Amino acid sequence: MADKILMKGNEALAEAAIMAGCRHYFGYPITPQTEVAAYMAKRMPKIGGCFLQAESEIAAINMCIGAAAAGKRAMTSSSSPGISLKSEGISYMAGCDLPALIVNVQRGGPGLGGIQPSQSDYFQATRGGGHGDYHLLVLAPSSVQEMADLVATGFDLAEKYRMPCMLLADGTMGQMMEPVELKERQEAPVEKPWALTGTEGKRKPNIINSLALEPQELEKWNEERFKRYDIVRENEQMSQSYCMEDAEICVVAFGIAARVSQNAVDMARAKGIKAGMIRPITLWPFPEKALKAAAQQCKAFVSVELNMGQMIEDVRLAIECSRPVSLCCRTGGMIPSPDEVLAAIERAAEGGK
Amino acid sequence: MEAKRVTLFAGHYGSGKTNIAVNFSLWLARQGKRTAIGDLDIVNPYYRAKDSQRELEAAGVRVIASAYANSNVDVPALPQEMYALTENLDTYAVLDIGGDDRGALALGRYVPAIVQENDYDMLFVFNRSRPLTRDADSAIGIMREIEEACRLPFTGIVHNTNLGRETTPETVLSALPEVEELTRRTGLPLRFTAARSDIAARLPQDIGEIFPMELQKTIW
Repeated sequence: MADKILMKGNEALAEAAIMAGCRHYFGYPITPQTEVAAYMAKRMPKIGGCFLQAESEIAAINMCIGAAAAGKRAMTSSSSPGISLKSEGISYMAGCDLPALIVNVQRGGPGLGGIQPSQSDYFQATRGGGHGDYHLLVLAPSSVQEMADLVATGFDLAEKYRMPCMLLADGTMGQMMEPVELKERQEAPVEKPWALTGTEGKRKPNIINSLALEPQELEKWNEERFKRYDIVRENEQMSQSYCMEDAEICVVAFGIAARVSQNAVDMARAKGIKAGMIRPITLWPFPEKALKAAAQQCKAFVSVELNMGQMIEDVRLAIECSRPVSLCCRTGGMIPSPDEVLAAIERAAEGGK
Repeated sequence: MEAKRVTLFAGHYGSGKTNIAVNFSLWLARQGKRTAIGDLDIVNPYYRAKDSQRELEAAGVRVIASAYANSNVDVPALPQEMYALTENLDTYAVLDIGGDDRGALALGRYVPAIVQENDYDMLFVFNRSRPLTRDADSAIGIMREIEEACRLPFTGIVHNTNLGRETTPETVLSALPEVEELTRRTGLPLRFTAARSDIAARLPQDIGEIFPMELQKTIW
């Protein structure tokens, strides 16, 4: 067993990015993700990497576009209001088919909101967030270990499909401390023949651009990109099932909500209610297959979220509204307690909402 | 273990200062001592001494913290009541200092009074399981940065090596060589080894004073 250390989620993801070969980080401080930038500021100069505190979130995401276009593993991080600022750049990145990792350690919103944890950027992350037809790969860690592990997964998937990937965490995930084992990765880096690395007079120049002069051309790009999205939907859905073998009530929750919900499932089981949980790890692509399979055996679903009910729409779509889906939620920086989730499970088991 | 009038806990970010400061305050109060705890953390947005406010006040400990601690805004301001810690000489004061040199900056304004009274223990909390304090060298580096930032030299070491929920007695004991090196090279005494009470009960008796702690329970 490798040596475990005690890390904050924000520190773990920063170190994991370095171990995954990221040498280009561009950021701007905002609570509750500031430790990512602080950690990068300490580490990057020691390993010949680039830490740059940009003048704004908008500048940081555009620096990511530059580094990604040059074929580098680029990363930026922020929290909710900062991600809104980055959204234009994220859309350009998607339009240019560039891979990069964007971390959102969510806080309460809308507007300035507050610094306490939230999951209210679910729509923003899974629907694109910026303008135009596009998707991000969206990964949702629910432990400090996963904050680290999903960073390398995110970079790999982003490069495999040439699309930006968002690590959608929340303030609790960023701030909590847990033991973590950082794993060295041996995988060979993905070839990037499209990158702007200099022709040396030996090949035609690569062009990275999101502007199409002809509407027919732009339509073709969009259609080709969506063919790629179909492949991602088919191959990359990730989720974890808990007590689902004989479950009649299926809780769906990600991130910190899943941690609380798992305790509630245990409490429900102790009371004789056959509850289980599906925890989406990819929010886009949403784990539709696992949900659809659960709808065969479960009589009701409970979506537990730190927002006013966003993922619940994807749960209903995934099961094609074949079962009732109820919502258990808190917002503003509040987290549902296991008792609150248990009460929602009990209501669902009794056939209520 | 005999407490000074003022006990300060400083150290690397995430080394366990807050948990120790809260438990140390409760320990003082249990002995019938008039006690106050000051949350001087101007760095951390979450997981602060104020999380234990109800328990502390139930035990008779006065909690002095920013009105904005644990709120939805990030205002690193300290209240004027903080001066009670250095002015009320009939009260045992426990100071929870923010992590690293940045956190220790906030202590500076209270240092002249603490030095003048000269009845204090400035304790460095060491957790060998934290990535940036894996050995005595790096720990000493952070100690010096903190001393420079707050202008108060350390007077002792608190050993708090832990892996959160996965801590075992072996986790604590595996760090003894680094603790020994740290005390030898700094010339500072090991004041105590802090550990969650169930772990503390399983530690050998020959490693010096052991300080058992009760930790905040989480809902996840």
